[in-house]
Amino acid sequence: MSKLGNLGARLHRGEVGYDFVGNRKIWYGISILITIAAILGLTVRGLNMGIEFQGGAIFTTPKTSVSVAQAETYAQDASGHAAVVQKLGTGGLRIQVAGIDTGKSDQIKDTLAKDLNVGSEQINADLVGPSWGEQIASKAWQGLAIFMVLVVIYLAIAFEWRMALAALVALIHDITITTGIYALVGFEVTPGTVIGLLTILGYSLYDTVVVFDSLKEQTKDITKQTRWTYSDIANRSINGTLVRSINTTVVALLPVAGLLFIGGGFLGAGTLNDISLSLFVGLAAGAYSSIFIATPLVADLKEREPQMKALRKRVLAKRAQAATQEDLAETRTTDEPEDATPAVVGQRNQPASRGRGRGRPSGKRR
Amino acid sequence: MSWPSACRSGAGRPEREYEKVAAPKKGRSASAQSKPGRSLVLILIAIAALTGGMFASGHPTPRLGIDLAGGTSITLTAINEPGQPNAINKTNMDTAVDIMNRRVNGLGVSEAEVQTQGDRNIIVNIPRGMNSKEAREQVGTTAKLYFRPVLQREESGAATPANPSAGGSAKPSASSSAKAGGTGKQTSGSTATPTASATTQGRPVTDALKAGSPTPSATGSATPSATGSASAKASASPSPSASGGSGDAGKIQAQYAALDCSKPEQRATAGKGAKPGETTVACGKDGNVWNKFILGPVAVDGTEVKKAQAVFDTQGAAGWQVQMTFDSSGSKKFADVTSRLSKNNSPQNEFAIVLDDEVVSHPYVRTAITGGNAEISGSFTQTEAQSLSNMLSYGALPLTFKESSVTTVTAALGGEQLQAGLIAGAIGLALVVIYLVAYYRGLSLVAVASLLVSATLTYVIMALLGPTIHFALNLPAVCGAIVAIGITADSFIVFFERIRDEIREGRSLRPAVERAWPRARRTILVSDFVSFLAAAVLFIVTVGKVQGFAFTLGLTTVLDVVVVFLFTKPLMTILARRTFFASGHSWSGLDPKRLGAKPPLRRTRRPSAPVDPKEA
Repeated sequence: MSKLGNLGARLHRGEVGYDFVGNRKIWYGISILITIAAILGLTVRGLNMGIEFQGGAIFTTPKTSVSVAQAETYAQDASGHAAVVQKLGTGGLRIQVAGIDTGKSDQIKDTLAKDLNVGSEQINADLVGPSWGEQIASKAWQGLAIFMVLVVIYLAIAFEWRMALAALVALIHDITITTGIYALVGFEVTPGTVIGLLTILGYSLYDTVVVFDSLKEQTKDITKQTRWTYSDIANRSINGTLVRSINTTVVALLPVAGLLFIGGGFLGAGTLNDISLSLFVGLAAGAYSSIFIATPLVADLKEREPQMKALRKRVLAKRAQAATQEDLAETRTTDEPEDATPAVVGQRNQPASRGRGRGRPSGKRR
Repeated sequence: MSWPSACRSGAGRPEREYEKVAAPKKGRSASAQSKPGRSLVLILIAIAALTGGMFASGHPTPRLGIDLAGGTSITLTAINEPGQPNAINKTNMDTAVDIMNRRVNGLGVSEAEVQTQGDRNIIVNIPRGMNSKEAREQVGTTAKLYFRPVLQREESGAATPANPSAGGSAKPSASSSAKAGGTGKQTSGSTATPTASATTQGRPVTDALKAGSPTPSATGSATPSATGSASAKASASPSPSASGGSGDAGKIQAQYAALDCSKPEQRATAGKGAKPGETTVACGKDGNVWNKFILGPVAVDGTEVKKAQAVFDTQGAAGWQVQMTFDSSGSKKFADVTSRLSKNNSPQNEFAIVLDDEVVSHPYVRTAITGGNAEISGSFTQTEAQSLSNMLSYGALPLTFKESSVTTVTAALGGEQLQAGLIAGAIGLALVVIYLVAYYRGLSLVAVASLLVSATLTYVIMALLGPTIHFALNLPAVCGAIVAIGITADSFIVFFERIRDEIREGRSLRPAVERAWPRARRTILVSDFVSFLAAAVLFIVTVGKVQGFAFTLGLTTVLDVVVVFLFTKPLMTILARRTFFASGHSWSGLDPKRLGAKPPLRRTRRPSAPVDPKEA
């Protein structure tokens, strides 16, 4: 803890810190690469839609001695369609048959029960009409669209439109990456996955909003000073909330990991597993995007404002001046950096020589 | 140990500093700080009251959904009929739910519940132990009920068309008043043979319908018994019989000729999707013989049946019969069709009651029935009469539904899933607690206590919502609750990190808590609002499992705010007065040294250098 605690303190004071905003182009590039990969995966491979989206039946049997291959044969004979059989952690079987009618399922179930030598009433059946999954999916898209509109409005009011836009970009980024991973890895997409995906919405924004909140607070009177540009402060905000972001992500991922472990290991497959898998992927993407994408994007947008441009000019001028002064008189009063320290918390509470090394490049690059 | 003492010696200063900083809003801060006990007591009373209410309501555990308790869950989706684009609306959906509810509960499945979901779905949950198969059939097949005139009928799959109702044509002469007799079949295909009875003939009853059950063994004399009651105005408004459908008669005839109702697959498709205004073919079962029909355009819609009931005719010894009452437009249409049909010979004097494209009954008409009241009699058993009256009164669903999903969960799997969910929750909670303890040490006490309060509230409210709004805990809801552990814990993390930031600025604990709170509060509210917005949108817009998940997420988000405001913050305020925390004990998680706070000496400068960069 002490190490982490110290790290938190140093982050807070800005003794250490990563120049998220300065290096944003690297991260934009990485994100664009991932997004392109995700889109490619989506278009080339497509999503592996579960039985819920095609219509069909899933039968879950209690513990049985029948082998998977044998069960597949039985299921195909009973239904006349290809069947996919999985062995579950409980010793039971999960038999998926696509394309059968909801009406026919009882008959298939009875046949299966006889073949597998288990009671018909012991078999769980999940029958889905072909349009049910579509309905869930279309409703989910509808919900997604409504949510995005509302959240952009809300963020535009609570913060400002630039932040709303950045949050939206981050959100789309998370969803694209998550679905892309699903396409690339070939995980099955079920209504459970959709639930997980929709939860990511809230979560990804939740994280972003906390960073934005700190950013808003710190930039309240930004134009009244000439020491820091918007990007500097944005960077400080991210670093300042970094510990919280990490903690939040860890704390959010831990229960999900528990779900995934239980869902995958204990039940084999099903809703728990589907939800937790997409949550796991999405949460990771969400934490990444709020730090590496959303805030730098806000900084980028903000820096285009005339006010901020003017500020940047003033800051740079002042820094140039300070640098020349520094050259002239290497012996600075120790008082000045000390004074700056607590408030600034930025990249430089060390003597200017160090600050130059850290804080400046980000400024120069632009 | 020099550090704590240093800290203590400086304890007076931060206080003053705090006062100075918070001066503008002193009133609020002071009151918030001075009465932390009140909030704590308030929330503890609330918990106690809710828990008491939970036990008093007799439902100390949350109601479990089908996937956890076992049972069958059917999702029915209304589908758009051609020509009726606006049929799917709230009124029609509510009517359908009402009808389905009465139907399943009419089966004695009193525990079954029927709910709308989204704008076009109806969920029927049948708990385990009930006859889900029968219920599913009842609910699933409940669709459209029409009265159509019979144009042609013959036994299907049999060589010679039997017309057991020959005797019916003799009847009208027997009575001065108009009478309608009919051959018909009984819905459930009973084995009851019609009892020939002469008694009815002498009764001064007027308009009547008859539904016989002409089993093959019955001869021509096997005309059904009993006639009806009520007003008979022989309004003879002759209209051409066998109207409509003559245009595509050839096509229908060909279909009819090809139709073999004894084959299930043909039955399943016969007359499917027929529009009300068209002539169509249909199958129907009489006893154990399948008949095939050509039916004219719909004469009366099933929705125009106001009421139908099975009654036992004690006077006429007619046994069980079905009385039905039409609404005003139905009465008129029914009068038209019966006056028309009564002039025809069998089988064209019959009308068919068509439920879901299957003829459930085809009574013959003896006379025009104009009063809006009619009676179908035959040798019904009580069950048959009730079944037919059920179909007549409840079968008239305003919408067409199809089964979107049917989930049957055995009790064993349900239990397993519940267990898995609980284990997953326990593991998740344990991991979070371990992490919090490792990272926040003493502070984690506050977090864990808050989590427990939150969990208790969630559980109690879920249990209470079971009997009140029929909330049922299903697997996605459990999942939502587990995910919510993270969201709830995050609020504490935001708060704690703020406090630690303040301590790093060199403040002592009490002012740090009070200064950190307004800022943490805003962050928590803003982020919880976003989370709640997501849950609310999901709950309103989506269907199926997503909804249960969204509900839990929304509930826990609201509870999170409640707990943070009424429990975590007051608790923190109180604990901040304890030496263990205030002195920054190394296990308190608030050790200024470990947090890397500035030495107190420098604090003299701090007031002039607050967080705002402007003053830097």
